[in-house]
Amino acid sequence: MCLGVPGEIVAIEENALGMTMGTVRFGGVHKEVCLAYVPDVRVGEYVLVHVGFALSRIDEDEARSVFALLEEMGELSG
Amino acid sequence: MKYVDEYRGEGEAQRFLEAIRSTITRPRTVMEICGGQTHTLIQSGIDRMLPDALTLVHGPGCPVCVTPLELIDKAIAIAQRPDVILASFGDMLRVPGSETDLLAVKARGADVRVVYSPLDAVRLAAANPDRSVVFFAVGFETTAPPNAMAVWQAKRQGLENFSILCSHVLVPPAMEAILASPDNRVEGFLAAGHVCTVMGYEEYEPIAETYRVPIVVTGFEPLDLLQGLYMTLQALEAGRWGVENQYTRSVRREGNRSAQKVVAEVFERCDRRWRGIGVIPASGYRLRPALARFDAESRFDVGDISTRESPLCIAGEILRGLKKPAECGEFGRRCTPDDPLGAPMVSSEGACAAYYRFGRRP
Ligand code: SF4
Repeated sequence: MCLGVPGEIVAIEENALGMTMGTVRFGGVHKEVCLAYVPDVRVGEYVLVHVGFALSRIDEDEARSVFALLEEMGELSG
Repeated sequence: MKYVDEYRGEGEAQRFLEAIRSTITRPRTVMEICGGQTHTLIQSGIDRMLPDALTLVHGPGCPVCVTPLELIDKAIAIAQRPDVILASFGDMLRVPGSETDLLAVKARGADVRVVYSPLDAVRLAAANPDRSVVFFAVGFETTAPPNAMAVWQAKRQGLENFSILCSHVLVPPAMEAILASPDNRVEGFLAAGHVCTVMGYEEYEPIAETYRVPIVVTGFEPLDLLQGLYMTLQALEAGRWGVENQYTRSVRREGNRSAQKVVAEVFERCDRRWRGIGVIPASGYRLRPALARFDAESRFDVGDISTRESPLCIAGEILRGLKKPAECGEFGRRCTPDDPLGAPMVSSEGACAAYYRFGRRP
């Protein structure tokens, strides 16, 4: 239910009602997504999408932190 | 897919499992809150790979499961009105009410539509001015901003024929209810990463402090869950409590402020009944009084529906982490996903359904 899927923003536009919408690519699938809650995103960035709404911008550096930790752990044990 | 596949690596998972094994020194019980996390843990088999000393219990974090039976009955009653289009997320359609379910009334001619986004329901209302569109608005904090935006848009567009049947629930009060219970055995929590994406985690800090438990905000992929468990165990072994954040790629401490703002404009806190648990004070959202005209319950008088749960179902104990699905005498017998007796069996994110589907039978 609280499923959130990361996707890449390929287009941003304002709809007729003045709401910021965008096209987000999930693998090969494109979907129309409301971007009202992520006001500063740009094309090429990744957002977490839930029921047609982007709820956060995925932070690239933070996304690598799991692997940095694993490396650190490897060095400690190795 | 980027930001998905890389968190599913077998080798990395093994390294976390080793780290977990070498960290734990005595039996521990940890609860994941979110049904999506429950599903991943069981589907990926992580629960079977963890050391025996670590017991995972599964919290009440499946909104479909905890939606009260009487609300399902109300949705069904509203859907059967000839002037109504009932719009809902797909996972509510198969949830049995007292007599029938939405899918069955749809097959008999009721206009029930599955929508992907709550904005689709607003579009339906705009396109069908002679019909009344009711959106079945269930969910946790994650779904509150989309549902709030739907109401806000309907108001802006002056749509008189749009309303929501609202059953929003909130995670922190449920966690407190679990911790405050005298028979509680949960020592640490994985908090739900998508709920915290919206709300942040400031609200969890006083809970961690009061009950002296570690709470680790955790994502949904296997490596996220393993890291979250590892962090929880490290805190428990060190005798630390407090809130930590594993899911930093999506969650900031303050959450998503612009989403919180719209939610606060549309909803206010209220007491809510959780299926399988009972009423938890201040654990839900309802529409603010100024927006009462968008409330389907006051718009359609469906009367006082009273329902009764199966006395055989031990959902209350499952959802509070006191028992595991296989400890229920009806699990896999009189209760299956096709014919569920209680809350945790009604959706694939419920603990009983996840155990059943992935072969965790006694
Ligand atoms: S197996 Fe069925 S009856 Fe037993 S606790 Fe789970 S939902 Fe209730």
